[in-house]
Amino acid sequence: MFELQNVEKRYPGVHVLKGVDLKIGDGEIIGLVGENGAGKSTLMKIIYGAVQHDAGNVLVDGVPVHFRTPRDAMQMGVGMVYQEQSLISNLTVMENIFLGFEKPFIRFGAINWKRMSEAARKQLRKVKLDINPATITSRLTFSQRQLVELAKVLALEERVDGKLVILLDEPTSVLSKDEIELLFSLVRELRRRASFIFVSHRLDEIIDLSDRIYVLKDGAVVDVISADEAQIETIQKKMVGREINREYYRENRQIPYNKDDVLLELDHVTVAGRENDVSLKLHAGEVLALVGVEGSGREPILRTIFGMRKPEKGTVSIRGMTVRSFSASQSVSHGVGYIPRERKIEGIASGMNVFENMTLSQMKNYSKGGMLDIAAERELARDWIRRLSIKVASENVDCGNLSGGNQQKVVLAKWRSGGSEIILLDHPTRGLDIGAKEDVYEMVRDMSVDGVGIILVADTLEEAIGLSHTIAVIKDGEIRKWFNCQPGAKPSLYDLIQHMV
Amino acid sequence: MNQFLAMENFRKWIPLLVLIGLALFFTAVNPNFLSFRNFARIAISASPALMVAVGVTFVILMGSIDLSMEGTVAVCAVLFALMLNALGGSIAGWGWMAIPGTLFVGAILGAINGLIHVQLKIPSFMASLSLGFVGIGLSLLITGGNRIQIEDPIFRSLLTLRIGGFALMSYAALAALLIAWFIQDNTTIGRNFYAIGGGEDLARSSGLNVGKLRITGFVVAGIFFALGAIFAVARLGIAETETGRNFMFVSVTSVVVGGTALRGGSGGVWNTLVGVLIVNVIGNGMVVIGLPDYFQDGVLGLLVIAAVYLSTDRRSLSFVK
Repeated sequence: MFELQNVEKRYPGVHVLKGVDLKIGDGEIIGLVGENGAGKSTLMKIIYGAVQHDAGNVLVDGVPVHFRTPRDAMQMGVGMVYQEQSLISNLTVMENIFLGFEKPFIRFGAINWKRMSEAARKQLRKVKLDINPATITSRLTFSQRQLVELAKVLALEERVDGKLVILLDEPTSVLSKDEIELLFSLVRELRRRASFIFVSHRLDEIIDLSDRIYVLKDGAVVDVISADEAQIETIQKKMVGREINREYYRENRQIPYNKDDVLLELDHVTVAGRENDVSLKLHAGEVLALVGVEGSGREPILRTIFGMRKPEKGTVSIRGMTVRSFSASQSVSHGVGYIPRERKIEGIASGMNVFENMTLSQMKNYSKGGMLDIAAERELARDWIRRLSIKVASENVDCGNLSGGNQQKVVLAKWRSGGSEIILLDHPTRGLDIGAKEDVYEMVRDMSVDGVGIILVADTLEEAIGLSHTIAVIKDGEIRKWFNCQPGAKPSLYDLIQHMV
Repeated sequence: MNQFLAMENFRKWIPLLVLIGLALFFTAVNPNFLSFRNFARIAISASPALMVAVGVTFVILMGSIDLSMEGTVAVCAVLFALMLNALGGSIAGWGWMAIPGTLFVGAILGAINGLIHVQLKIPSFMASLSLGFVGIGLSLLITGGNRIQIEDPIFRSLLTLRIGGFALMSYAALAALLIAWFIQDNTTIGRNFYAIGGGEDLARSSGLNVGKLRITGFVVAGIFFALGAIFAVARLGIAETETGRNFMFVSVTSVVVGGTALRGGSGGVWNTLVGVLIVNVIGNGMVVIGLPDYFQDGVLGLLVIAAVYLSTDRRSLSFVK
């Protein structure tokens, strides 16, 4: 039995986990759900030892333990099947399975490969994977690799007393329907060996697989629901903490867009590396959401529009002009702005202050013959700090020290002040708290009023539905279905999901 | 959080405190260190190194590295001497053309370096190191291993003319430093160097032409290397392959000790000035207190490790390659 009692975690400025209690019986499958930023991943990290809790207890079979590293956790039988796979791709399957635990196979300093191979085969049988353990991991398919990862965790069985606890982090996000079925039946079968904690965004899967479901919101467990009684709608309400209402996404401010004013057009575009064919039109004042599962091909479309990828076939035109050369600097000069998912990597230059960040994409407007007009830059920054009520002491503050919400505002100000008319938003509210999210929604509506066209890859489906005028459902790199998303006539989650998977 | 910020602020001043501490230390051991004449001597020995270090500062700010300085300085020094002597041997006559000519040579060498790094996608470390060797070979080929004397008294006045006790060269180096500061803080290319060093993906997604900017960085560095070469020739009155010797270690050491981060994005030319002074004060101070000069290299090596260790919060690094 595995138990968390009143577990607390703080990072500078954020209280991530507020007294979490969680209990897993032997052979039980627990579902863990929560919005992005609810504290799910921190909780998982504490369970498998990647992060240490500040207060509270972790108990294994009633005995308090303290995991300082994932290895500590593994030695107590707690293992993690990572979402972003953790196998080392240039090593063989067996080397990966026994990475760090090679000792039993070593004789006189050398590894006995034959014995390791046999042992690996035994682990692979547990997950019903019939491959040669000497295969280089990079040769496997994604789902095979996931099973190897599961086998790696199951290999703990022989090393620890007591039952295993296995964490599955979004294991289904890139699997096909059949593969999901297979994984689920395997997990059910493995219950006699281990208990599972299953994290997923797909509530239907959570209900299908788990015995009990923990709902996490703002760092606290708000409810524990038995799966027999669970319904998707009630879980959703508990996750968000209120009815997902129209007010939240500022639907009252959603105004019709101008159908005659086409800002951007993709005409039978084939995105590099895929056999696909994408056509879409973006109008002034429109919010067009691209919806699909992870890996469905939303980002490549965004990156193509931003000129970071060159399409193989088809034409991209901006305001009726066909784009001939593809580069980010071309797109920026055509008025395209890109707000990337990885804010820290592509959105904000930490080490540079607020005004330097804002003018980075438009330095031509703030310089003459290569000399900067710093006074004008400061003026611009002060103006936008006021307009977006960015919480900073001054325009000289290093952007790396701002909160996520304020960083996002700086990025938005950068593109808006430069006069970008086509804005690509990639997960604009990822990792933001509720208040900051609402600020972003407000800004989206402001931009629509100003006639800016927005292409949105939203953090959640609800967000896509709530914010957009139009939704394009993407699967395997192609647009499978269009939805009109006028207020009052918005599609439901299920309308979308059935085309996504 | 505040404690963290205070530590960050303190970190910024460490190089200057080290410089002051070193000066106090050497003065305590031998009061002769604290004399006007000695400071003027330090300023002269620091001038060529400052130019080279300032040049490489721009490249390091972008998160790249340029190790071609020894070759570039050698080629520039030799060609400068040849041009000066061929154009009549005096700066007062047509010989002055040798100065812009040398800067141009430096720019070309920098451009080649940058092009190889960017276009062939070879790590800057390897591209520049190799080109440095090519430069050394080239200068040997040009001179045949001989020294070229510069007799021109007007050119040598860079060393011999003293204003307020300091050599003319030191003022020229200071002027060049001010120009570098202007480039760093008040021009778009300066700002862009910081942006690339701070986050190359971000710079690219902000529409900057990163490849072109990188090449520009190497060109700017090449020009400052050429300036360093001219000062080095002025100091010794001779140009040869050996003129470029030791600049790599001294300049990179200075930049790092001055507090410019090797990962790019933070620091600047004033940091480099402090770093160059630290390195030269150590060199000079060791002589003043009577330690053999092989000690200097050892101390400098240890200093670099200390500087890099102190420059960032190591706890935040998960692993280092």
